[in-house]
Amino acid sequence: MADLTSNFVGIKSTNPFWLASAPPTDKEYNVRRAFEAGWGGVVWKTLGEEGPPVVNVNGPRYGAIWGADRRLLGLNNIELITDRPLEVNLREMKAVKRDYPDRALIASIMVPCVEEAWKAILPLVEETGADGIELNCGCPHGMSERGMGAAVGQNPDLIEQITRWCKQYTRMPVIVKLTPNITDVRKPAQAAKRGGADAVSLINTINSITSVDLDDFAPEPTIDGKGTHGGYCGPAVKPIALNMVAEIARDPMTADLPISGIGGVTTWRDAAEFLTLGAGNVQVCTAAMTYGFGIIKEMTAGLSLWMDKKGFTSVDQITGRAVPNVTDWQYLNLNYVTKAVIDQDKCISCGRCYAACEDTSHQAILMKEGRVFEVDDSECVACNLCVNVCPVEECITMKRVAPGSLDERTGNVVPAEKGDWTQHPNNPMASAAE
Amino acid sequence: MTNSPQTDGVVAARLDDATLAAHFDDLYPDLDAHEARVAADRCYFCHDAPCITACPTDIDIPLFIRQIQAGQPDAAARTILSQNILGSMCARVCPTETLCEGSCVRNDAEGNPVEIGRLQRYATDGLLAANEHPFTRAPATGKSVAVVGAGPAGLSAAHRLAMLGHAVTMYDTRPKPGGLNEYGIAAYKAANGIAQAEVDWLLQIGGIAVETGKALGGDLTLDGLKGQFDAVFLGVGLQGVNALRVPGEDLPSVRDAVDFIEELRQTEDKSTLAIGRHVVVIGGGMTAVDAAVQSRLLGAEHVSIVYRRDRGAMSASDYELDHAATEGVTILTNAMPVEVSAAGVTFAYTRSGAAGLEKTGETFTLPADQVFKAIGQTLKGQPEALALEGGKIAIDAQGRTSVAGVWAGGDCATGGEDLTVTAVAQGRDAALDIHAALGA
Repeated sequence: MADLTSNFVGIKSTNPFWLASAPPTDKEYNVRRAFEAGWGGVVWKTLGEEGPPVVNVNGPRYGAIWGADRRLLGLNNIELITDRPLEVNLREMKAVKRDYPDRALIASIMVPCVEEAWKAILPLVEETGADGIELNCGCPHGMSERGMGAAVGQNPDLIEQITRWCKQYTRMPVIVKLTPNITDVRKPAQAAKRGGADAVSLINTINSITSVDLDDFAPEPTIDGKGTHGGYCGPAVKPIALNMVAEIARDPMTADLPISGIGGVTTWRDAAEFLTLGAGNVQVCTAAMTYGFGIIKEMTAGLSLWMDKKGFTSVDQITGRAVPNVTDWQYLNLNYVTKAVIDQDKCISCGRCYAACEDTSHQAILMKEGRVFEVDDSECVACNLCVNVCPVEECITMKRVAPGSLDERTGNVVPAEKGDWTQHPNNPMASAAE
Repeated sequence: MTNSPQTDGVVAARLDDATLAAHFDDLYPDLDAHEARVAADRCYFCHDAPCITACPTDIDIPLFIRQIQAGQPDAAARTILSQNILGSMCARVCPTETLCEGSCVRNDAEGNPVEIGRLQRYATDGLLAANEHPFTRAPATGKSVAVVGAGPAGLSAAHRLAMLGHAVTMYDTRPKPGGLNEYGIAAYKAANGIAQAEVDWLLQIGGIAVETGKALGGDLTLDGLKGQFDAVFLGVGLQGVNALRVPGEDLPSVRDAVDFIEELRQTEDKSTLAIGRHVVVIGGGMTAVDAAVQSRLLGAEHVSIVYRRDRGAMSASDYELDHAATEGVTILTNAMPVEVSAAGVTFAYTRSGAAGLEKTGETFTLPADQVFKAIGQTLKGQPEALALEGGKIAIDAQGRTSVAGVWAGGDCATGGEDLTVTAVAQGRDAALDIHAALGA
């Protein structure tokens, strides 16, 4: 059976599933329940500096979007960092770590961008026995208005600076949590690395308004008739997170920087995908908030079973396995020609492929007598839209046109050799194919 | 309650009041908003959707389902009602398994169609409950139209004509408008007064005068109507009932099923209705099923439907027959009545022979305190001037009869399938043709 134990930048945990710094990890009671349920680690909800704690709104702090059967697809929150006194959190962290020495306990921290603030808090955290720290450079609401969270994460120089301070004032591993609310996620990752970070974690939540109340004309969640952008998370953000993780994993400047993958991890499969794109472990929040801590059992069992089937014995063997296959558009093989094929035995004749192709694509699906739908290879550009809109799994598939065969659309024989944009005659920058 | 299903003879109150109330309540309750959204999400919004083709009134089904899914059941209701003004009753009585739902691609996908009927009911019932009438009348045309028969065909024609600006007078022989929706359908399919509520709502369009207690051959003549109105639409239904033509048919235990169904619909207190311990229903259509099922619901101990041909030839849908079987009705086929006596009905087994249906020579007798005849209805009292075809008023595709200025539709006319929904379609289409003919 696969060994799920994880060693992420020297932090050991019983499995690669950590609970992200968020409401589920706000206090001892929750964290003990999480560890009892089987979570490998916890990133304690973000600590602020000593003194009067922040306050939260007293109206709704979450908004959501749902599927038809009210399956939660995306969650948004305007909760701030912990609103409990620093000493209470530290005391509880120490007690939990003492009782669960085999689990990872990470302290998320957000203090003002001055050296004294970091210098002051780090020894207090270290004293709890925490395994590491995560710098909250991502919180997109409230704290960012005060020059912290995403306000730091959007400024690579500040990231580098606070990372450097942390490496200077603690021996604990330093993970820098990145915000997705930027244009190029590689820049803050590079800054974290320059500052000496042991790892980055991403993504934090995405600026969002989940919906608008059309009676009050106010964004949701609404507090006394007003709303503000909150942080979006949950299954809906996973594709964005996967790309950002992959961008950092394949950037030569950060390729060796460990990544803790975050963003919509809901099942073992989501986790496996993050791992293959370069994550060393994953952090989970929304799935736990939706279903409770019990989901960890599906995640660990599922990842273990998949690893067994694939012959992987440790998590390390998965990490980054798909990264070499993430490339730039210009290197995609233009000589790889496919055509949609409709399995008539599976087809239920709904005609969605036809409507999609006829109205919005390339008029490559023919509707014949008796609601029979067929692909016209002379028009099909293999866009895959029909596959995506077909309600029947595996009914429409993309089949490769074998090299040496005729592509009926272009009238050309499909070349056997790879050919990409860098060599294409239409590309003015093409390198001459000698 | 002094009687039980085992009490001999024809007696009332075989079941207690609470049981009777439950038996005659809605067969299926309305979907709630969440159920409707989940059910609506199953629709694939098919291209050139087969369900639309299958609907006799051409309702844009994928559109109305999408409107439910998008949180606007009232918009869905408008989509439905613009094609089928009796959408609420049709949602209850349409044989959806052979029409829209029968053509749903989900049948191929998983053998389980989108619940189009229930979704239609959810949308239309909501609008009715809110008592919103979304249609308005065009400016008055100065033309007047007589609609004879306030059943589905007549109501549909009258509403469309009124909407187009014509002045409509709608006649019916019975005390209330509604036709078969009010008098001829099982009570549990139209619980809580929905048929009258729908008519009341429909009449909110305005411009429709309703005169009850008037029938062709009685107060009305075709020539009189033609003289008084610019056009006439006949939706008089089938008022005659076929006879068994066997000895004993005139015994007091023998009754027309349509009369029984009508009395049951019009009787608020079901505990006053007498029903036999042993009931035999002769026939194979929806009327037979409605009579048989409701006999059971009133507490009859043994109820049988007996049909002379095989099950495949029965005009009642499989869904209805399965429902009857679930309610404890015994369905016997290939048996025709040869004699009714005070003790029961004697049947002869039948088979298909060279010359059609023939008796095998074997007979059996079912005990019966009560016998319901449900072997078909016929046109009765129609004006002699009208050409008939197959026992119905002959009409063309636009609903025109052989007499100029006279249109017809619904069960009394050719071209339908004796369904509420086809009657609605014919009434609507005839109204449009009348409108065109009047050149308004």
